[in-house]
Amino acid sequence: LALYFHSGEREEKCIIEDIPTDTLVIGNYKVQRWDIHKHEFLESAPGLGMFVTVTTPSAEVLLSKLYGPEGTFSFTSHLSGEHIICLQSNSTRFIAFAGSKLRIHLDIRVGEHFLDESVLQAKDKVNAVNFRLEHLIEQIHHISKEQNYEREREEKFRKTSEETNSNILWWAIVQTLILISIGIWQIKSLRDFFISKKLV
Amino acid sequence: MPLRGSRSAEPWGRLLLVVALAACAARASEITFELPDNAKQCFYEEIAQGTKCTLEFQVITGGHYDVDCRLEDPEGVVLYKEMKKQYDSFTFTASRNGTYKFCFSNEFSTFTHKTVYFDFQVGEDPPLFPSENRVTALTQMESACVSIHEALKSVIDYQTHFRLREAQGRSRAEDLNTRVAYWSIGEAIILLVVSIGQVFLLKSFFSDKRTTTTCVGS
Repeated sequence: LALYFHSGEREEKCIIEDIPTDTLVIGNYKVQRWDIHKHEFLESAPGLGMFVTVTTPSAEVLLSKLYGPEGTFSFTSHLSGEHIICLQSNSTRFIAFAGSKLRIHLDIRVGEHFLDESVLQAKDKVNAVNFRLEHLIEQIHHISKEQNYEREREEKFRKTSEETNSNILWWAIVQTLILISIGIWQIKSLRDFFISKKLV
Repeated sequence: MPLRGSRSAEPWGRLLLVVALAACAARASEITFELPDNAKQCFYEEIAQGTKCTLEFQVITGGHYDVDCRLEDPEGVVLYKEMKKQYDSFTFTASRNGTYKFCFSNEFSTFTHKTVYFDFQVGEDPPLFPSENRVTALTQMESACVSIHEALKSVIDYQTHFRLREAQGRSRAEDLNTRVAYWSIGEAIILLVVSIGQVFLLKSFFSDKRTTTTCVGS
């Protein structure tokens, strides 16, 4: 677990994963708390846990669990779109005890099914190649799913652009009509007004 | 998305592999996160000396689609610093052991959130078929596997880039659409209000002076 970032004690940090449907996402994390006295991050803080919340594109909560200071979570997407993974600690300390921050190590893997490595224990070369081929097939399936999802998104993009185009055309016509009709109404109204006031 | 190296059954071979992997461990982290306005988000990673690393980032949604990025080595020396960049890729070789830090800053923006994607690749991927206790060269099957794997990695890479560009384009198109809709409605309303107001205002000029003078203007 290599990459880490800092966060406040009660702060919620979220990351966004835009994934196609039926994709497995596995996340590993490790959290450490800053010790004010020792001026360093404690290796493992007992009692410290993280709430992991996963929200689907339709604002439905897919996963909401409390894990310990170190944990692995996973979920499979039912819809394609932006899933939001949020991490928040279960610390009950008041914000008044500021100066405390958390170090969160995070590793998220999308679309990879890690096959059982013990299969590779056999010295048999054919099995090693077999294992690699299966992994390659998984990768190809993932690529194919992503391509499909990309097609959906591009269609949405095209629809939005065409809607903008017709919007502009429609409003230009409407505004010209308003302009002309208002102009006619103005002149007519003023003419009638001046005639009635015997100025013309 | 890294591929784990294979492990042989021999204990000494395994130890060698573990040591080799630890020395040039390959990791790739890609994260998409939202950067609120006036905020800065930093990420840290421990890198061994001599490791070749690549940092690539892209802004997907928000404002002018730009962000400040800064990469520092363990001593605080700034290796890379760019202001208001939309997309960039930076490769460097770690000159010393320690914790490298890179930060994205949206402090110049007053009210737009930015969605930023970054991909930090550390080290090269371990070989698919490690050669530490190998007596013969790779068989045809194995070399075919290796070349397919390389090709797929590059396909996934291109796919990610395309996905990000498409997301950015789509975000711009949606912004444009809402802007056009609001502006058109606003303009039509202003037009109506101003022209009707003009007529009534003009009428009001002539109505008041009727009592004092009989003839106004000619």
